Amino acid sequence: MMTPSRRRKARIAETTARMLLGSMALIVVGIALFVVGYIVYRGAGALDWQFLTDVPRNRGREGGIFPVVIGTVWVVGGTAAFALPVGILAGVYLSEYAPKGFATRAVRLAITNMAGVPSIVYGLFGLAAFVLLAGIGRSILAAALTLACMTLPVVITATEEALRQIPQDLRQASLALGATKFRMIRTVVLPAAAPGIITGSILGLARAAGETAPILFTGAVFQMRRIPDSPLSQFMALPYHIYTQVTSVPEWNPDLVWGTALVLVGGVSLVSVAAATWRAFQRRKIAW
Amino acid sequence: MVTLAAADARAHGAPVAAEQEDLPAEGSFSLRDVSVAYGRDRVIEGVSMDIPPHAVTALIGPSGCGKSTLLRCLNRMNDELGNVRVGGHITLDGQDITGKAIDPVDLRMRVGQVFQRPNPFPMTIFDNVVYGPRTQGIRGRDELQALVEESLRSAALWEEVKKSLKKHAFELSGGQQQRLCIARALATKPEVILMDEPASALDPISTQQIEDTIASLKDDVTIVIVTHNMQQAARISDRTAFMLRESLEEPAHLIEVGETRKMFTNPDDARTESYITGRFG
Repeated sequence: MMTPSRRRKARIAETTARMLLGSMALIVVGIALFVVGYIVYRGAGALDWQFLTDVPRNRGREGGIFPVVIGTVWVVGGTAAFALPVGILAGVYLSEYAPKGFATRAVRLAITNMAGVPSIVYGLFGLAAFVLLAGIGRSILAAALTLACMTLPVVITATEEALRQIPQDLRQASLALGATKFRMIRTVVLPAAAPGIITGSILGLARAAGETAPILFTGAVFQMRRIPDSPLSQFMALPYHIYTQVTSVPEWNPDLVWGTALVLVGGVSLVSVAAATWRAFQRRKIAW
Repeated sequence: MVTLAAADARAHGAPVAAEQEDLPAEGSFSLRDVSVAYGRDRVIEGVSMDIPPHAVTALIGPSGCGKSTLLRCLNRMNDELGNVRVGGHITLDGQDITGKAIDPVDLRMRVGQVFQRPNPFPMTIFDNVVYGPRTQGIRGRDELQALVEESLRSAALWEEVKKSLKKHAFELSGGQQQRLCIARALATKPEVILMDEPASALDPISTQQIEDTIASLKDDVTIVIVTHNMQQAARISDRTAFMLRESLEEPAHLIEVGETRKMFTNPDDARTESYITGRFG
């Protein structure tokens, strides 16, 4: 039996813990709201049709960011074209086929390490491997390959995670009907795991869209008169545009830079929200 | 084929029943000295029994006695668990189905399975039923349509779903889902259907429907059913096999197999009688 004083102490401890934990959660929400809110507050003024459709003028102090947006779309599209097939197929292999042994553990360790490599190191690697060694030159292709290397572990992990969610029952049902393992994966497991794989991959691509370091040496340029027209052309990109404006343009125009930041964050959020909505829709259709 | 398999079995020193060579292709198993080990853990040993065609054979015994493991030997689903070794000889209609003698994928088209929990695919009712036929390469719309109706009728589900074949399978009740799984297994035209406690996750009315379905199916297919429910075994099976693992250090053995009526009224083994009368398990 608790004495009244012990009970009071326990109540105080409980209240304190609840308030402490709750306030930390609030701080996180506050930071998120502040970051987004501040970007919107500073950037919304610059957003208009001209800003989205014009080319940068006067070294970016005036005009718009049309080629910058197009460059980012190109390079993220290229990243997806490399990272998604390789990452998803590798994830399927690791989850469904790989024997449990030393080699598989080594591959998993390598993937974990890949996820931990700083993005500037990827940039350096991209310069050495794709731009110079492979002779691709500074281009959308080289930058996309570099970003793909960085995004691969995210896609692989998302795929493995999504496949793990699929009940073993379903796999057994398919095999018991005389399906080969590949048919089981193709007709039952992958369709059911697709929402998870796609949303996880989009988060990885969203990060790639915002990276500066990997494209710094591999193809992004400060200013370009034309829209990139081939995978081998150089390109402007949103994060790099912000970086060069702030570091290299005397008397840079804060309105336009914040506007650029808003377009980047807004574009990435738009894609993420679309993916999350689609996933919620799929979930309602398929509940285990 | 039959004689080859039999000769092969003899070459391995296994006893081969003489009548085995006369059996037509209709879904009869013959097990000789079957053993199963998970890694170092020997879970079943020395199981020899015949499973007659077009009849219901029930496997009963306490939890952990290897009933489901033995069942999975019959369609090679143990292969999927990894680290499982199956010894002895098992033939289906006289054909060796162990080791490299047969491709498990081919075997499973002849030996279907219904699982403990209903596990329809996340697809429409129609697509669930034609999954097996499509796996076999059947593509014709009319042929698939006919298979769907036939299979759903056999599984006593047709009247309930004939107007909603495009409905998602998850919208069905648990009992309907399990009958859909039976229809899905029937659609590949198997000789045998294995059932692993098919009614244990269902309510009494759904259980009754499943049992009625099983009774109506045995004219066409051989049924091997694992059940915890002895009344169920007594109600629906023609033959019953009782398995028991007497201690964790020892593998499970087949204690007794015979006509269900005899097993439940006058078993030969005292352990069978204790189990059936509810003294353990």
